[in-house]
Amino acid sequence: MSNIVKTIRKYKASYLFMSPFIIIFTVFTVTPVIIAIFFGFTQFNILQVPKFIGLENFRRLFFEDDIFLISIKNTFIFASITGPISYLLCLFIAWFINELPPKPRAVITLLFYTPSLAAGATTAIWLMIFSGDRYGLLNSLLISLGLLNTPIQWLVDLRYIKAAVIITVLWGSLGAGFLSFIAGFQTIDKSLYEAGAVDGIRNRYQELWHITLPSMRGQMMFSAIMSITASFAIGDVITALCGFPSSNYAAHTIMNHLMDYGTARFEMGYACAIASILFMIMIMLNKLAQKLISKVGD
Amino acid sequence: MYKKVKKVKCRRKKLFKFHKVNRSFSGNLVLVLILGTASLFMALPLYYTVIQSIKPLNELWIFPPKFYVQNPTFKNFSELFTLMGNSRVPFLRYIFNTLFITVSGTFFQVILSSMCAYPLAKHRFPGSRHIFKVIVLSLMFSPAVTGIPNYLILAKLGWIDTYLAILVPILGSTLGLYLMKQFMEQIHDSILESAKIDGANEWMIFWRIVMPQVKAAWLTMIVFSVQGLWNIGPTIMIYSEQLKTLPYALSQIIAAGISRAGVASAVAVVMITAPLTVFVFTQSKVIETMSSSGIKE
Repeated sequence: MSNIVKTIRKYKASYLFMSPFIIIFTVFTVTPVIIAIFFGFTQFNILQVPKFIGLENFRRLFFEDDIFLISIKNTFIFASITGPISYLLCLFIAWFINELPPKPRAVITLLFYTPSLAAGATTAIWLMIFSGDRYGLLNSLLISLGLLNTPIQWLVDLRYIKAAVIITVLWGSLGAGFLSFIAGFQTIDKSLYEAGAVDGIRNRYQELWHITLPSMRGQMMFSAIMSITASFAIGDVITALCGFPSSNYAAHTIMNHLMDYGTARFEMGYACAIASILFMIMIMLNKLAQKLISKVGD
Repeated sequence: MYKKVKKVKCRRKKLFKFHKVNRSFSGNLVLVLILGTASLFMALPLYYTVIQSIKPLNELWIFPPKFYVQNPTFKNFSELFTLMGNSRVPFLRYIFNTLFITVSGTFFQVILSSMCAYPLAKHRFPGSRHIFKVIVLSLMFSPAVTGIPNYLILAKLGWIDTYLAILVPILGSTLGLYLMKQFMEQIHDSILESAKIDGANEWMIFWRIVMPQVKAAWLTMIVFSVQGLWNIGPTIMIYSEQLKTLPYALSQIIAAGISRAGVASAVAVVMITAPLTVFVFTQSKVIETMSSSGIKE
Protein backbone atom coordinates (compact mmCIF):
# COMPACT_ATOMS: atom_id res chain seq x y z
CA MET A 1 0.00 0.00 0.00
CA SER A 2 2.73 2.42 0.98
CA ASN A 3 4.42 1.48 -2.28
CA ILE A 4 1.45 2.76 -4.27
CA VAL A 5 1.41 5.99 -2.31
CA LYS A 6 5.12 6.39 -2.97
CA THR A 7 4.76 5.90 -6.73
CA ILE A 8 1.86 8.31 -6.91
CA ARG A 9 3.86 10.89 -5.04
CA LYS A 10 6.89 10.38 -7.22
CA TYR A 11 4.93 10.84 -10.46
CA LYS A 12 2.52 13.36 -9.02
CA ALA A 13 2.81 15.77 -11.95
CA SER A 14 2.02 13.10 -14.54
CA TYR A 15 -1.03 11.86 -12.68
CA LEU A 16 -2.27 15.37 -12.01
CA PHE A 17 -2.09 16.25 -15.69
CA MET A 18 -4.05 13.18 -16.59
CA SER A 19 -6.63 13.09 -13.84
CA PRO A 20 -9.34 15.41 -15.25
CA PHE A 21 -9.50 13.51 -18.51
CA ILE A 22 -9.09 10.07 -16.98
CA ILE A 23 -11.95 10.61 -14.51
CA ILE A 24 -14.37 11.68 -17.24
CA PHE A 25 -13.05 8.97 -19.56
CA THR A 26 -13.55 6.27 -16.94
CA VAL A 27 -17.07 7.34 -16.03
CA PHE A 28 -18.44 8.15 -19.48
CA THR A 29 -16.44 6.00 -21.88
CA VAL A 30 -15.04 2.93 -20.11
CA THR A 31 -17.98 2.21 -17.82
CA PRO A 32 -20.60 2.34 -20.62
CA VAL A 33 -18.46 -0.02 -22.71
CA ILE A 34 -18.16 -2.47 -19.82
CA ILE A 35 -21.90 -2.30 -19.16
CA ALA A 36 -22.59 -2.84 -22.87
CA ILE A 37 -20.30 -5.88 -22.96
CA PHE A 38 -22.13 -7.23 -19.92
CA PHE A 39 -25.48 -6.69 -21.70
CA GLY A 40 -24.11 -8.98 -24.39
CA PHE A 41 -24.53 -11.88 -21.96
CA THR A 42 -28.11 -10.99 -21.13
CA GLN A 43 -31.52 -10.90 -22.64
CA PHE A 44 -32.42 -7.22 -22.51
CA ASN A 45 -35.33 -5.51 -24.24
CA ILE A 46 -34.65 -2.04 -22.73
CA LEU A 47 -37.98 -2.04 -20.83
CA GLN A 48 -37.38 -4.96 -18.48
CA VAL A 49 -34.43 -5.74 -16.25
CA PRO A 50 -31.69 -7.60 -18.18
CA LYS A 51 -31.74 -11.36 -17.60
CA PHE A 52 -28.40 -13.16 -17.54
CA ILE A 53 -28.28 -15.94 -20.14
CA GLY A 54 -24.57 -16.64 -20.45
CA LEU A 55 -23.30 -17.31 -23.95
CA GLU A 56 -26.76 -17.84 -25.44
CA ASN A 57 -26.59 -14.67 -27.60
CA PHE A 58 -23.27 -15.72 -29.09
CA ARG A 59 -24.51 -19.25 -29.72
CA ARG A 60 -27.52 -17.86 -31.52
CA LEU A 61 -25.34 -15.51 -33.57
CA PHE A 62 -23.01 -18.17 -34.87
CA PHE A 63 -25.29 -21.19 -35.12
CA GLU A 64 -28.77 -19.88 -35.86
CA ASP A 65 -28.44 -16.45 -37.42
CA ASP A 66 -27.64 -17.00 -41.10
CA ILE A 67 -27.90 -13.31 -41.82
CA PHE A 68 -25.23 -12.54 -39.24
CA LEU A 69 -22.83 -14.90 -41.00
CA ILE A 70 -23.61 -13.14 -44.29
CA SER A 71 -22.99 -9.80 -42.57
CA ILE A 72 -19.57 -10.96 -41.33
CA LYS A 73 -18.62 -12.01 -44.84
CA ASN A 74 -19.83 -8.71 -46.32
CA THR A 75 -18.12 -6.65 -43.63
CA PHE A 76 -14.81 -8.35 -44.36
CA ILE A 77 -15.24 -7.83 -48.08
CA PHE A 78 -16.00 -4.13 -47.61
CA ALA A 79 -13.33 -3.60 -44.98
CA SER A 80 -10.56 -5.42 -46.80
CA ILE A 81 -11.13 -3.23 -49.85
CA THR A 82 -12.08 0.15 -48.38
CA GLY A 83 -9.72 -0.03 -45.38
CA PRO A 84 -6.37 -0.30 -47.20
CA ILE A 85 -7.45 1.84 -50.17
CA SER A 86 -8.82 4.63 -48.01
CA TYR A 87 -5.65 4.52 -45.92
CA LEU A 88 -3.44 4.86 -48.99
CA LEU A 89 -5.70 7.58 -50.39
CA CYS A 90 -5.38 9.57 -47.16
CA LEU A 91 -1.61 9.19 -47.17
CA PHE A 92 -0.94 9.88 -50.82
CA ILE A 93 -3.41 12.69 -51.34
CA ALA A 94 -2.05 14.38 -48.21
CA TRP A 95 1.44 13.89 -49.58
CA PHE A 96 0.48 15.25 -53.01
CA ILE A 97 -1.14 18.26 -51.38
CA ASN A 98 1.96 18.82 -49.31
CA GLU A 99 3.94 19.20 -52.52
CA LEU A 100 1.85 22.22 -53.51
CA PRO A 101 2.66 25.82 -52.60
CA PRO A 102 0.97 26.94 -49.34
CA LYS A 103 -1.90 29.03 -50.76
CA PRO A 104 -3.47 26.48 -53.13
CA ARG A 105 -2.72 23.84 -50.50
CA ALA A 106 -5.33 25.23 -48.12
CA VAL A 107 -7.96 25.37 -50.85
CA ILE A 108 -7.29 21.87 -52.16
CA THR A 109 -7.33 20.44 -48.62
CA LEU A 110 -10.75 21.99 -48.13
CA LEU A 111 -12.07 20.57 -51.40
CA PHE A 112 -10.88 17.06 -50.58
CA TYR A 113 -12.37 17.26 -47.10
CA THR A 114 -15.80 18.48 -48.24
CA PRO A 115 -17.35 15.01 -48.56
CA SER A 116 -16.68 14.64 -44.82
CA LEU A 117 -18.09 18.07 -44.05
CA ALA A 118 -21.21 17.75 -46.23
CA ALA A 119 -21.92 14.08 -45.68
CA GLY A 120 -25.65 14.42 -46.42
CA ALA A 121 -25.09 16.01 -49.80
CA THR A 122 -22.49 13.38 -50.63
CA THR A 123 -25.01 10.58 -50.32
CA ALA A 124 -27.57 12.59 -52.30
CA ILE A 125 -25.10 12.98 -55.14
CA TRP A 126 -24.24 9.29 -55.26
CA LEU A 127 -27.93 8.44 -55.25
CA MET A 128 -28.25 10.63 -58.35
CA ILE A 129 -25.26 8.99 -59.99
CA PHE A 130 -26.37 5.42 -59.29
CA SER A 131 -30.07 6.06 -59.84
CA GLY A 132 -31.52 2.97 -61.51
CA ASP A 133 -33.59 4.63 -64.26
CA ARG A 134 -32.52 6.13 -67.57
CA TYR A 135 -31.98 9.52 -65.96
CA GLY A 136 -29.47 8.31 -63.39
CA LEU A 137 -26.22 10.09 -64.21
CA LEU A 138 -24.20 6.92 -64.74
CA ASN A 139 -26.94 5.20 -66.76
CA SER A 140 -27.61 8.19 -68.98
CA LEU A 141 -23.90 8.61 -69.62
CA LEU A 142 -23.43 4.96 -70.57
CA ILE A 143 -26.57 4.95 -72.73
CA SER A 144 -25.56 8.10 -74.59
CA LEU A 145 -22.14 6.57 -75.21
CA GLY A 146 -23.88 3.52 -76.64
CA LEU A 147 -22.39 1.17 -74.04
CA LEU A 148 -25.77 0.26 -72.57
CA ASN A 149 -29.18 -0.41 -74.03
CA THR A 150 -31.23 -0.67 -70.88
CA PRO A 151 -30.52 1.11 -67.59
CA ILE A 152 -28.90 -0.91 -64.79
CA GLN A 153 -30.24 -0.91 -61.23
CA TRP A 154 -26.85 -0.21 -59.70
CA LEU A 155 -28.10 -0.20 -56.11
CA VAL A 156 -30.34 -3.25 -56.42
CA ASP A 157 -28.57 -5.57 -58.85
CA LEU A 158 -26.54 -8.09 -56.86
CA ARG A 159 -23.64 -7.81 -59.27
CA TYR A 160 -23.09 -4.08 -58.75
CA ILE A 161 -24.39 -3.27 -55.30
CA LYS A 162 -21.09 -3.91 -53.48
CA ALA A 163 -19.05 -1.91 -55.96
CA ALA A 164 -21.46 1.03 -55.68
CA VAL A 165 -21.17 1.01 -51.89
CA ILE A 166 -17.38 0.75 -52.01
CA ILE A 167 -17.05 3.71 -54.37
CA THR A 168 -19.31 5.86 -52.21
CA VAL A 169 -17.44 4.94 -49.04
CA LEU A 170 -14.04 5.63 -50.56
CA TRP A 171 -15.21 9.02 -51.78
CA GLY A 172 -16.07 10.05 -48.23
CA SER A 173 -13.09 8.40 -46.57
CA LEU A 174 -10.76 11.40 -46.45
CA GLY A 175 -11.57 12.26 -42.85
CA ALA A 176 -9.62 12.33 -39.61
CA GLY A 177 -6.74 10.23 -40.90
CA PHE A 178 -6.31 12.51 -43.90
CA LEU A 179 -6.15 15.66 -41.77
CA SER A 180 -3.70 14.04 -39.37
CA PHE A 181 -1.40 13.34 -42.32
CA ILE A 182 -1.79 16.92 -43.57
CA ALA A 183 -0.80 18.21 -40.14
CA GLY A 184 1.90 15.56 -39.80
CA PHE A 185 3.67 16.66 -42.96
CA GLN A 186 3.86 20.18 -41.56
CA THR A 187 5.59 19.15 -38.38
CA ILE A 188 8.51 17.30 -39.96
CA ASP A 189 11.87 18.91 -39.36
CA LYS A 190 12.69 20.43 -42.75
CA SER A 191 16.44 20.27 -42.20
CA LEU A 192 16.15 16.48 -42.48
CA TYR A 193 15.43 16.87 -46.18
CA GLU A 194 18.51 18.92 -46.86
CA ALA A 195 20.57 16.44 -44.90
CA GLY A 196 18.96 13.66 -46.91
CA ALA A 197 19.85 15.34 -50.21
CA VAL A 198 23.46 15.49 -49.10
CA ASP A 199 23.33 11.82 -48.13
CA GLY A 200 22.30 10.83 -51.64
CA ILE A 201 18.51 10.91 -51.75
CA ARG A 202 17.74 11.71 -55.37
CA ASN A 203 13.97 12.08 -55.78
CA ARG A 204 10.76 12.68 -53.89
CA TYR A 205 9.89 8.99 -53.66
CA GLN A 206 13.10 8.09 -51.88
CA GLU A 207 12.53 11.10 -49.66
CA LEU A 208 9.04 9.85 -48.79
CA TRP A 209 10.18 6.34 -47.90
CA HIS A 210 13.42 7.13 -46.10
CA ILE A 211 12.69 10.44 -44.37
CA THR A 212 9.04 11.44 -44.33
CA LEU A 213 7.30 8.18 -43.45
CA PRO A 214 9.71 7.05 -40.72
CA SER A 215 9.22 10.36 -38.92
CA MET A 216 5.44 10.07 -39.26
CA ARG A 217 4.90 6.65 -37.65
CA GLY A 218 2.62 8.26 -35.07
CA GLN A 219 0.32 9.73 -37.68
CA MET A 220 0.41 6.50 -39.67
CA MET A 221 -0.75 4.51 -36.66
CA PHE A 222 -3.48 7.03 -35.89
CA SER A 223 -4.67 6.95 -39.46
CA ALA A 224 -4.59 3.15 -39.52
CA ILE A 225 -6.90 2.97 -36.53
CA MET A 226 -9.21 5.50 -38.16
CA SER A 227 -9.32 3.38 -41.32
CA ILE A 228 -9.94 0.15 -39.41
CA THR A 229 -12.73 1.56 -37.26
CA ALA A 230 -14.36 3.34 -40.19
CA SER A 231 -14.18 0.43 -42.61
CA PHE A 232 -15.62 -2.07 -40.13
CA ALA A 233 -18.36 0.32 -39.08
CA ILE A 234 -19.77 0.89 -42.56
CA GLY A 235 -23.51 0.80 -42.16
CA ASP A 236 -25.41 4.08 -42.43
CA VAL A 237 -24.16 4.69 -45.96
CA ILE A 238 -25.54 1.34 -47.04
CA THR A 239 -28.97 2.06 -45.58
CA ALA A 240 -28.97 5.48 -47.25
CA LEU A 241 -27.95 4.07 -50.64
CA CYS A 242 -29.58 0.66 -50.85
CA GLY A 243 -32.34 0.91 -48.26
CA PHE A 244 -32.80 -1.57 -45.44
CA PRO A 245 -32.36 -4.41 -45.87
CA SER A 246 -30.33 -4.27 -49.05
CA SER A 247 -31.58 -6.62 -51.75
CA ASN A 248 -31.03 -10.22 -50.65
CA TYR A 249 -28.76 -8.86 -47.86
CA ALA A 250 -26.04 -8.44 -50.48
CA ALA A 251 -24.60 -5.39 -48.74
CA HIS A 252 -25.72 -6.23 -45.18
CA THR A 253 -22.88 -5.53 -42.72
CA ILE A 254 -22.30 -6.30 -39.03
CA MET A 255 -23.13 -2.66 -38.32
CA ASN A 256 -26.45 -2.95 -40.17
CA HIS A 257 -27.21 -6.09 -38.19
CA LEU A 258 -26.35 -4.32 -34.95
CA MET A 259 -28.56 -1.32 -35.73
CA ASP A 260 -31.39 -3.64 -36.75
CA TYR A 261 -31.42 -5.41 -33.38
CA GLY A 262 -30.49 -2.37 -31.30
CA THR A 263 -32.88 0.25 -32.67
CA ALA A 264 -35.59 -1.62 -34.55
CA ARG A 265 -36.14 -4.87 -32.66
CA PHE A 266 -35.12 -3.64 -29.20
CA GLU A 267 -33.05 -6.74 -28.54
CA MET A 268 -30.32 -4.78 -26.81
CA GLY A 269 -28.59 -7.85 -25.36
CA TYR A 270 -28.23 -9.35 -28.82
CA ALA A 271 -27.06 -6.01 -30.26
CA CYS A 272 -24.42 -5.71 -27.53
CA ALA A 273 -23.19 -9.22 -28.30
CA ILE A 274 -22.77 -8.16 -31.94
CA ALA A 275 -20.90 -5.03 -30.82
CA SER A 276 -18.55 -7.17 -28.72
CA ILE A 277 -17.73 -9.39 -31.68
CA LEU A 278 -17.05 -6.34 -33.84
CA PHE A 279 -14.83 -5.03 -31.05
CA MET A 280 -12.78 -8.26 -30.98
CA ILE A 281 -12.30 -8.16 -34.75
CA MET A 282 -11.04 -4.58 -34.62
CA ILE A 283 -8.61 -5.33 -31.80
CA MET A 284 -7.03 -8.12 -33.81
CA LEU A 285 -6.67 -5.95 -36.88
CA ASN A 286 -5.19 -3.16 -34.82
CA LYS A 287 -2.45 -5.59 -33.72
CA LEU A 288 -1.80 -6.45 -37.34
CA ALA A 289 -1.60 -2.79 -38.38
CA GLN A 290 0.89 -2.09 -35.59
CA LYS A 291 3.16 -4.88 -36.89
CA LEU A 292 3.01 -3.59 -40.46
CA ILE A 293 3.70 0.02 -39.59
CA SER A 294 6.74 -0.82 -37.46
CA LYS A 295 8.32 -2.14 -40.69
CA VAL A 296 8.03 1.20 -42.59
CA GLY A 297 11.31 2.71 -43.73
CA ASP A 298 13.40 -0.36 -42.88
CA MET B 1 18.03 30.48 -78.31
CA TYR B 2 19.75 30.64 -74.98
CA LYS B 3 17.54 33.52 -73.92
CA LYS B 4 14.40 31.59 -74.67
CA VAL B 5 15.46 28.70 -72.49
CA LYS B 6 16.20 31.06 -69.68
CA LYS B 7 12.79 32.66 -70.00
CA VAL B 8 11.04 29.32 -69.78
CA LYS B 9 13.09 28.44 -66.73
CA CYS B 10 12.14 31.72 -65.13
CA ARG B 11 8.48 31.05 -65.69
CA ARG B 12 8.81 27.57 -64.28
CA LYS B 13 10.32 28.99 -61.18
CA LYS B 14 7.45 31.39 -60.78
CA LEU B 15 4.88 28.68 -61.29
CA PHE B 16 6.51 26.42 -58.76
CA LYS B 17 7.95 28.77 -56.23
CA PHE B 18 7.76 25.93 -53.73
CA HIS B 19 10.54 24.11 -55.54
CA LYS B 20 12.54 22.30 -52.88
CA VAL B 21 15.41 19.88 -53.08
CA ASN B 22 14.83 16.77 -55.15
CA ARG B 23 11.78 17.94 -57.12
CA SER B 24 11.35 17.45 -60.86
CA PHE B 25 9.26 19.79 -63.00
CA SER B 26 7.36 16.98 -64.75
CA GLY B 27 6.51 15.40 -61.41
CA ASN B 28 5.11 18.65 -60.13
CA LEU B 29 3.06 19.13 -63.28
CA VAL B 30 1.48 15.68 -63.01
CA LEU B 31 0.65 16.34 -59.38
CA VAL B 32 -1.05 19.65 -60.11
CA LEU B 33 -3.08 18.07 -62.90
CA ILE B 34 -4.21 15.08 -60.84
CA LEU B 35 -5.11 17.14 -57.78
CA GLY B 36 -6.83 19.83 -59.85
CA THR B 37 -9.22 17.47 -61.63
CA ALA B 38 -9.85 15.28 -58.60
CA SER B 39 -10.58 18.23 -56.34
CA LEU B 40 -13.22 19.58 -58.72
CA PHE B 41 -14.97 16.24 -58.45
CA MET B 42 -14.56 16.15 -54.69
CA ALA B 43 -16.06 19.62 -54.36
CA LEU B 44 -19.37 18.46 -55.86
CA PRO B 45 -21.17 17.88 -52.53
CA LEU B 46 -20.39 21.39 -51.36
CA TYR B 47 -21.30 22.93 -54.68
CA TYR B 48 -24.50 20.90 -54.81
CA THR B 49 -25.52 21.94 -51.28
CA VAL B 50 -25.13 25.60 -52.14
CA ILE B 51 -26.78 25.38 -55.55
CA GLN B 52 -29.81 23.52 -54.13
CA SER B 53 -30.37 26.25 -51.56
CA ILE B 54 -30.80 29.01 -54.16
CA LYS B 55 -33.17 27.02 -56.39
CA PRO B 56 -36.82 28.04 -56.41
CA LEU B 57 -39.20 25.25 -55.39
CA ASN B 58 -40.19 24.29 -58.94
CA GLU B 59 -36.54 23.80 -59.91
CA LEU B 60 -35.85 21.73 -56.81
CA TRP B 61 -38.29 19.14 -58.10
CA ILE B 62 -36.93 18.87 -61.63
CA PHE B 63 -35.99 15.30 -62.31
CA PRO B 64 -33.21 14.40 -62.86
CA PRO B 65 -31.79 17.16 -60.62
CA LYS B 66 -29.76 19.84 -62.38
CA PHE B 67 -26.34 21.04 -61.34
CA TYR B 68 -27.18 24.64 -62.19
CA VAL B 69 -29.94 27.17 -61.36
CA GLN B 70 -32.06 29.00 -63.89
CA ASN B 71 -33.66 31.57 -61.60
CA PRO B 72 -31.52 31.85 -58.48
CA THR B 73 -33.44 33.09 -55.45
CA PHE B 74 -32.84 33.65 -51.76
CA LYS B 75 -36.46 32.87 -50.97
CA ASN B 76 -35.51 29.63 -49.21
CA PHE B 77 -33.40 31.58 -46.75
CA SER B 78 -35.97 34.31 -46.14
CA GLU B 79 -38.59 31.65 -45.58
CA LEU B 80 -36.27 29.91 -43.12
CA PHE B 81 -35.83 33.15 -41.16
CA THR B 82 -39.58 33.71 -41.06
CA LEU B 83 -40.11 30.19 -39.72
CA MET B 84 -37.36 30.75 -37.15
CA GLY B 85 -39.40 33.71 -35.86
CA ASN B 86 -42.37 31.43 -35.22
CA SER B 87 -40.73 29.07 -32.78
CA ARG B 88 -42.13 28.52 -29.29
CA VAL B 89 -38.80 29.36 -27.67
CA PRO B 90 -37.00 32.41 -29.14
CA PHE B 91 -34.85 31.01 -31.92
CA LEU B 92 -31.77 32.78 -30.64
CA ARG B 93 -31.90 30.42 -27.70
CA TYR B 94 -31.27 27.37 -29.92
CA ILE B 95 -28.42 29.20 -31.61
CA PHE B 96 -26.98 30.15 -28.24
CA ASN B 97 -27.23 26.55 -26.99
CA THR B 98 -25.37 25.16 -29.94
CA LEU B 99 -22.76 27.93 -29.88
CA PHE B 100 -22.25 27.44 -26.15
CA ILE B 101 -21.87 23.68 -26.50
CA THR B 102 -19.57 23.99 -29.49
CA VAL B 103 -17.28 26.64 -28.05
CA SER B 104 -16.97 25.39 -24.50
CA GLY B 105 -16.94 21.74 -25.57
CA THR B 106 -14.15 22.32 -28.07
CA PHE B 107 -12.17 24.38 -25.58
CA PHE B 108 -12.29 21.81 -22.78
CA GLN B 109 -11.86 18.89 -25.13
CA VAL B 110 -8.63 20.32 -26.51
CA ILE B 111 -7.27 21.32 -23.09
CA LEU B 112 -8.15 18.13 -21.22
CA SER B 113 -7.04 15.81 -24.01
CA SER B 114 -3.74 17.64 -24.48
CA MET B 115 -3.08 17.64 -20.74
CA CYS B 116 -3.63 13.90 -20.64
CA ALA B 117 -1.65 13.28 -23.82
CA TYR B 118 1.47 15.07 -22.58
CA PRO B 119 2.48 12.68 -19.76
CA LEU B 120 1.42 9.68 -21.85
CA ALA B 121 3.75 10.78 -24.63
CA LYS B 122 6.67 12.17 -22.67
CA HIS B 123 6.74 10.81 -19.12
CA ARG B 124 7.71 7.31 -18.09
CA PHE B 125 5.56 6.28 -15.17
CA PRO B 126 3.93 3.08 -13.96
CA GLY B 127 0.70 2.31 -15.77
CA SER B 128 1.21 4.68 -18.69
CA ARG B 129 1.24 1.95 -21.31
CA HIS B 130 -1.86 0.25 -19.93
CA ILE B 131 -3.78 3.51 -19.77
CA PHE B 132 -2.85 4.28 -23.34
CA LYS B 133 -3.92 0.81 -24.46
CA VAL B 134 -7.35 1.26 -22.91
CA ILE B 135 -7.66 4.66 -24.59
CA VAL B 136 -6.91 3.23 -28.04
CA LEU B 137 -9.23 0.26 -27.47
CA SER B 138 -12.08 2.57 -26.54
CA LEU B 139 -11.93 4.02 -30.05
CA MET B 140 -12.99 0.69 -31.45
CA PHE B 141 -16.12 -0.03 -29.48
CA SER B 142 -19.25 0.81 -31.41
CA PRO B 143 -20.90 3.87 -29.84
CA ALA B 144 -24.26 2.61 -31.13
CA VAL B 145 -24.79 0.42 -28.05
CA THR B 146 -23.31 2.63 -25.32
CA GLY B 147 -26.24 5.06 -25.41
CA ILE B 148 -28.29 3.21 -22.80
CA PRO B 149 -25.45 2.68 -20.31
CA ASN B 150 -24.59 6.34 -20.73
CA TYR B 151 -28.15 7.36 -19.99
CA LEU B 152 -28.17 5.22 -16.84
CA ILE B 153 -24.98 6.87 -15.59
CA LEU B 154 -26.21 10.39 -16.32
CA ALA B 155 -29.50 9.60 -14.60
CA LYS B 156 -27.61 8.35 -11.51
CA LEU B 157 -25.70 11.63 -11.45
CA GLY B 158 -28.93 13.61 -11.86
CA TRP B 159 -27.60 15.34 -14.95
CA ILE B 160 -30.42 14.46 -17.32
CA ASP B 161 -31.89 17.56 -18.91
CA THR B 162 -28.91 19.80 -18.19
CA TYR B 163 -26.08 21.06 -20.38
CA LEU B 164 -23.80 18.71 -18.47
CA ALA B 165 -25.50 15.68 -20.00
CA ILE B 166 -24.32 16.76 -23.45
CA LEU B 167 -21.04 18.43 -22.58
CA VAL B 168 -19.29 16.19 -20.09
CA PRO B 169 -19.49 12.74 -21.77
CA ILE B 170 -18.03 14.27 -24.92
CA LEU B 171 -14.95 15.37 -22.99
CA GLY B 172 -14.15 11.70 -22.44
CA SER B 173 -13.86 10.91 -26.14
CA THR B 174 -10.42 9.71 -27.09
CA LEU B 175 -9.94 10.55 -30.75
CA GLY B 176 -8.31 13.92 -30.09
CA LEU B 177 -6.21 12.62 -27.25
CA TYR B 178 -4.81 9.88 -29.44
CA LEU B 179 -3.98 12.43 -32.14
CA MET B 180 -2.27 14.77 -29.68
CA LYS B 181 -0.24 11.96 -28.13
CA GLN B 182 1.04 10.79 -31.50
CA PHE B 183 2.26 14.30 -32.32
CA MET B 184 3.75 14.98 -28.89
CA GLU B 185 5.86 11.85 -29.16
CA GLN B 186 7.79 13.49 -31.99
CA ILE B 187 9.07 16.25 -29.72
CA HIS B 188 12.68 15.62 -28.79
CA ASP B 189 13.31 14.88 -25.13
CA SER B 190 16.38 17.12 -25.20
CA ILE B 191 14.25 20.29 -25.44
CA LEU B 192 12.14 19.26 -22.48
CA GLU B 193 15.21 18.38 -20.45
CA SER B 194 16.97 21.65 -21.19
CA ALA B 195 13.83 23.51 -20.16
CA LYS B 196 13.82 21.57 -16.91
CA ILE B 197 17.43 22.48 -16.30
CA ASP B 198 16.50 26.11 -16.89
CA GLY B 199 14.05 25.77 -14.01
CA ALA B 200 10.73 25.38 -15.85
CA ASN B 201 8.12 23.31 -14.06
CA GLU B 202 5.93 20.75 -15.85
CA TRP B 203 3.08 23.19 -16.25
CA MET B 204 5.33 25.75 -18.00
CA ILE B 205 6.90 23.09 -20.19
CA PHE B 206 3.46 21.95 -21.25
CA TRP B 207 2.19 25.43 -22.13
CA ARG B 208 5.33 27.12 -23.44
CA ILE B 209 7.11 24.29 -25.21
CA VAL B 210 4.90 21.30 -25.89
CA MET B 211 1.70 23.02 -27.02
CA PRO B 212 3.35 25.47 -29.46
CA GLN B 213 5.28 22.59 -31.03
CA VAL B 214 2.14 20.56 -31.72
CA LYS B 215 0.06 23.49 -32.92
CA ALA B 216 -0.82 21.66 -36.14
CA ALA B 217 -2.26 18.81 -34.08
CA TRP B 218 -4.57 20.83 -31.84
CA LEU B 219 -5.71 22.96 -34.75
CA THR B 220 -6.73 19.71 -36.46
CA MET B 221 -8.41 18.54 -33.28
CA ILE B 222 -10.47 21.75 -33.21
CA VAL B 223 -11.88 20.81 -36.62
CA PHE B 224 -13.07 17.42 -35.38
CA SER B 225 -14.50 18.85 -32.17
CA VAL B 226 -16.41 21.67 -33.82
CA GLN B 227 -17.74 19.38 -36.51
CA GLY B 228 -19.01 16.91 -33.93
CA LEU B 229 -20.42 19.38 -31.44
CA TRP B 230 -22.07 21.71 -33.93
CA ASN B 231 -24.06 18.79 -35.34
CA ILE B 232 -25.41 17.47 -32.03
CA GLY B 233 -29.09 17.03 -32.72
CA PRO B 234 -32.04 15.66 -30.81
CA THR B 235 -30.96 13.51 -27.86
CA ILE B 236 -32.78 11.55 -25.20
CA MET B 237 -30.72 13.33 -22.55
CA ILE B 238 -32.56 16.65 -23.02
CA TYR B 239 -36.28 17.34 -22.91
CA SER B 240 -36.60 21.01 -21.93
CA GLU B 241 -37.29 23.05 -25.03
CA GLN B 242 -34.98 25.89 -23.99
CA LEU B 243 -32.00 23.54 -23.74
CA LYS B 244 -32.38 22.01 -27.19
CA THR B 245 -29.89 22.61 -29.95
CA LEU B 246 -29.93 24.30 -33.32
CA PRO B 247 -29.84 21.08 -35.39
CA TYR B 248 -32.85 19.89 -33.39
CA ALA B 249 -34.78 23.11 -34.05
CA LEU B 250 -33.89 23.08 -37.72
CA SER B 251 -34.89 19.45 -38.06
CA GLN B 252 -38.27 20.39 -36.56
CA ILE B 253 -38.74 23.15 -39.12
CA ILE B 254 -38.06 20.87 -42.06
CA ALA B 255 -39.99 17.93 -40.63
CA ALA B 256 -43.03 19.03 -42.66
CA GLY B 257 -41.50 17.23 -45.64
CA ILE B 258 -42.05 18.12 -49.27
CA SER B 259 -43.62 21.52 -48.65
CA ARG B 260 -40.49 22.57 -46.76
CA ALA B 261 -38.00 21.17 -49.28
CA GLY B 262 -36.78 24.64 -50.16
CA VAL B 263 -36.22 25.54 -46.53
CA ALA B 264 -34.49 22.20 -45.98
CA SER B 265 -31.95 23.06 -48.66
CA ALA B 266 -31.28 26.39 -46.92
CA VAL B 267 -30.90 24.56 -43.60
CA ALA B 268 -28.23 22.33 -45.13
CA VAL B 269 -26.22 25.45 -45.95
CA VAL B 270 -26.70 26.93 -42.48
CA MET B 271 -25.53 23.69 -40.87
CA ILE B 272 -22.37 23.52 -42.92
CA THR B 273 -21.23 27.14 -42.49
CA ALA B 274 -19.75 26.91 -39.00
CA PRO B 275 -17.66 23.75 -39.51
CA LEU B 276 -16.58 25.10 -42.89
CA THR B 277 -15.46 28.46 -41.50
CA VAL B 278 -13.56 26.80 -38.68
CA PHE B 279 -11.97 24.40 -41.12
CA VAL B 280 -10.75 27.15 -43.43
CA PHE B 281 -9.42 29.18 -40.51
CA THR B 282 -7.58 26.34 -38.78
CA GLN B 283 -6.18 24.81 -41.96
CA SER B 284 -4.68 28.12 -43.04
CA LYS B 285 -3.00 28.24 -39.62
CA VAL B 286 -1.83 24.63 -39.94
CA ILE B 287 -0.09 25.57 -43.14
CA GLU B 288 1.49 28.59 -41.49
CA THR B 289 3.17 26.28 -39.01
CA MET B 290 5.15 24.97 -41.94
CA SER B 291 7.09 28.22 -42.21
CA SER B 292 8.39 27.63 -38.69
CA SER B 293 9.73 24.40 -40.22
CA GLY B 294 8.41 21.71 -37.97
CA ILE B 295 9.49 20.07 -34.76
CA LYS B 296 13.14 20.77 -34.19
CA GLU B 297 15.87 19.55 -31.98
